[in-house]
Amino acid sequence: MYEEMKKTVKVSEHEYRYIGKHGNRADAHDLVSGRQKFLDDLVMPGMLVVRVLRSPHPNALIKSIDLSKAKGLPGVIGAASYKEAPDWKCGLPNHRRVLDRQVRFVGDSVALVAAETAEIGDEALKLIDVEYEVLPFVLDCEKALEPGAPQLYEEYPGNEIPKVTPFSEEPFNQIFVGDIKKGFEEAAYVNEGYMKYENMAHPLPPESPGCIAQWTSPSAVTVWYNGGAPHLQKFNTEASIPGVAVRVIACHAGGSYGSKQLIPHMILQAILMAKLTGRACKFIMDRTEHLLSYELRQGSRIRGRVGMTEDGVINAVEGMWYTDSGMSSTYAQAMTAVGLGECQAFLGKCKNWALDTKLVATNHSSQAPIRGFGGQECKSVLVPMVCTVIRKAGMDPLEVFKKNFVKAGDRYIWRDNLWWEVHSVDYTKAFEESARAFGWKDKWKGWEKPYWVSEDGRYARGVGVGVHGNADIGEDPTEGMVKLHPFGSVTLELCVGETGGAQRFAVQKMVAEVMKVPLDGVQVVDPDTHATGYDAGMIGSRGTITMGTTAVRAANDARRQLLEMAAVKLNANVEDLDTENFLVFAKSRPEVRLPWIAVCGTPEMTITGSAKYKQNFDKPNFALYLADVEVNLMTGEAKLIHALEGSDVGQIIDPVNIRMQAEGSFGSAGGDTGLFEEMVMDKKLGRFMTGNMIDYKWRTFNEFPPFDTVLLESEFDSEAFHALGFGEITPSPAPAAILMAVSNAIGHEITEYPCSPTVVLRAMGKIPGGK
Amino acid sequence: MKEHLEQICITVNGVPRKFIIGDGVGCVSPSETLLDTIRDRLGLTAAKRGCEHGACGCCTVIMDREAVASCMVLTADCDGSSVTTLEGLCDPVTGELSPLQKAFADNSAFQCGFCTPGIIMSTRALLDRNPDPTEEELTEALSGNYCRCISHYQVIRTVMGFIQEMKRKEA
Repeated sequence: MYEEMKKTVKVSEHEYRYIGKHGNRADAHDLVSGRQKFLDDLVMPGMLVVRVLRSPHPNALIKSIDLSKAKGLPGVIGAASYKEAPDWKCGLPNHRRVLDRQVRFVGDSVALVAAETAEIGDEALKLIDVEYEVLPFVLDCEKALEPGAPQLYEEYPGNEIPKVTPFSEEPFNQIFVGDIKKGFEEAAYVNEGYMKYENMAHPLPPESPGCIAQWTSPSAVTVWYNGGAPHLQKFNTEASIPGVAVRVIACHAGGSYGSKQLIPHMILQAILMAKLTGRACKFIMDRTEHLLSYELRQGSRIRGRVGMTEDGVINAVEGMWYTDSGMSSTYAQAMTAVGLGECQAFLGKCKNWALDTKLVATNHSSQAPIRGFGGQECKSVLVPMVCTVIRKAGMDPLEVFKKNFVKAGDRYIWRDNLWWEVHSVDYTKAFEESARAFGWKDKWKGWEKPYWVSEDGRYARGVGVGVHGNADIGEDPTEGMVKLHPFGSVTLELCVGETGGAQRFAVQKMVAEVMKVPLDGVQVVDPDTHATGYDAGMIGSRGTITMGTTAVRAANDARRQLLEMAAVKLNANVEDLDTENFLVFAKSRPEVRLPWIAVCGTPEMTITGSAKYKQNFDKPNFALYLADVEVNLMTGEAKLIHALEGSDVGQIIDPVNIRMQAEGSFGSAGGDTGLFEEMVMDKKLGRFMTGNMIDYKWRTFNEFPPFDTVLLESEFDSEAFHALGFGEITPSPAPAAILMAVSNAIGHEITEYPCSPTVVLRAMGKIPGGK
Repeated sequence: MKEHLEQICITVNGVPRKFIIGDGVGCVSPSETLLDTIRDRLGLTAAKRGCEHGACGCCTVIMDREAVASCMVLTADCDGSSVTTLEGLCDPVTGELSPLQKAFADNSAFQCGFCTPGIIMSTRALLDRNPDPTEEELTEALSGNYCRCISHYQVIRTVMGFIQEMKRKEA
């Protein structure tokens, strides 16, 4: 495998000190020596541990609950049920109570205990007496919409969660543009599709979500958590507890994949127990809680019709896109809004849309933003539906995708409900170079046609393609400052968490590049809402553009101020001056250099550059996933034997880190949800069965196939050294590509995920239930 | 009746550590895991609480030359054992990284880094008994280490490169 790993990188023409070159991350030493502290490594004086009694029923009312025996156990400092809990709510709109009388999924919170140790807390949970009134439940999103279905929230009759977003007054939750009737009349090929992507897979970062809450005054609380969006978490929590100032500090996170950036319900529970006990309270889910009670990839289902012209332009899309949000919506409406934009980025030439959405509450654990922010869930149903019409025309899907993907000059409505015109990007070359490196033309033999069958007829191979792009890489504002310290160091005051994508390192590099100083001469402050300006955090692969642009602008501002001061001292023109390695010099006389301290004249000052970034949705990023699978036609077992991910990222910041982001398409409930990865539900009991890492099946270290990347650098119009963010979307196109590849290998269309042996054999007609 | 207290000794990162097994305050209870002991009593937090059912490898330490999931080992059963944690691979005086740790740092063979201590310890145990493993032997040795960021390929590239470098230096 080592020998087979290849990488194609087209390097930009620019020669930088750090940008585009691999360097050691500032946290590398601590990570490989064990010195890096994660949330569970933090200890506060007198800190208690929070444990949760969880519901055994998917839908029930608490008839009675008695905490007295639990409270009496030595070592238990506090306990709470819905009776003791204030009416704090989270979700969008706020609807999920910190503790509620109705429990809405197996694993929902019934009561909280704060104890001196987790073991005492667990013992106390066993002493809580609860009587339930068990209610009927519903797990299917379309059935939940039917009259007479069990109801989850009084305020949401019919189980439809209100369509509100934080992005615009009039939420963007449907696309009705053009003339859909005319579009279908002009289409040469029209086909209907119905697809489900409801693996409810778990992102499963190695570190469970967690937080520590400590009140610092009656109206102020500090929260440490292991997500990467502290300012977003701050205002989210402040919206739940009016009148309280919430300071959020992000710890180095042991993976998140979007899933831990917002943990509103857990944080409210920790804050509640800290309030009741007057002590710092730590709440980290154990692995079983994490698997069974935490947020999963949302269910996604589409029913619709697609039209395509004779020359392969998708020109009409109509239908209903259902999102199964589980028992609560953390941010699903926002994901719907972004998803509709992504539909248009995928089908950038389509002028006729009638695509509506429904967000449905059902009785399983809450669904929430996971890497891709709904993009994977959206594409896993939309791409196969679009493929039904490409199949009908007998066209090559890669060629159709290439023709339709948005490029400079195209327009779409983005999540803010505004029209945006695309600038700068054109991914045609990335399509072509990726296809060439993969050998697509040799392996694509037509729809439901394998490119290879073993002599004994036992094994067959097929290929598939998926594509995705997201303009959220320019989302949300960022404020930051760069401080130059006279004795020769630089501080970047920008709120950048670290969840694995090396974003802190990326902005550190950018500032060092602008200031022309050694990398370790730039310190990035800890991500703390008290110490930094606003930033929305590590979401949507926004870091490269939003944080990067802010860092570059602030560094340039500081640099300008420094050189202006030096110009006065040296009686020179600013344009003739430069700075390097903490020294200022005239370009005409580089041998004479003045240290920053001499320019400033005193160490009792800093030169502070500041910058703000406003959001911009004019450049979607791009990921193309090409899958090569082999299927055992006797057993139905499908294996990915090779994959390639291609993109054009404008400019690579660090070649090693970006390559790992592409390889990350396997993780975070990504590509493998096309093959085998899923949470398994007992539909009679309404209970997930995969509550540990043995039962939740995934790849082990020795099961990874050869994986290639093609990453072009076309130097797009981005102030962050021409770079675009990319890491978030790498898994998004993978499941649809794998579904197509397995269909081609076996010679039968598969319309359900994952491509397990049962699904494959059913599609082949070898076991009942197929077409 | 007086409780019978058993004293055990475990050498952790070269330092003998004595513990009293029992249910009293401050004692190591018979059900306490090695992971809890090294983290909560000795403050060695490199080994992580990942799954606590032996499935993720984030808590891997080397015990008597074998890589073990410390969440699946009872401290009371470790009397006389020698345990090395990731902290123990560094130079005990200077704190300097060992060559294998340095290879991981130089090649960024991690992303979030939560699983990295376990991966390095499993690799170290393999190389201690087989300094020149094949790639298949390496991935087999790491098959108990869960990484969800997908640093697998970079870890393999790094370790195979490290092995080549060690061989070159020896030659």
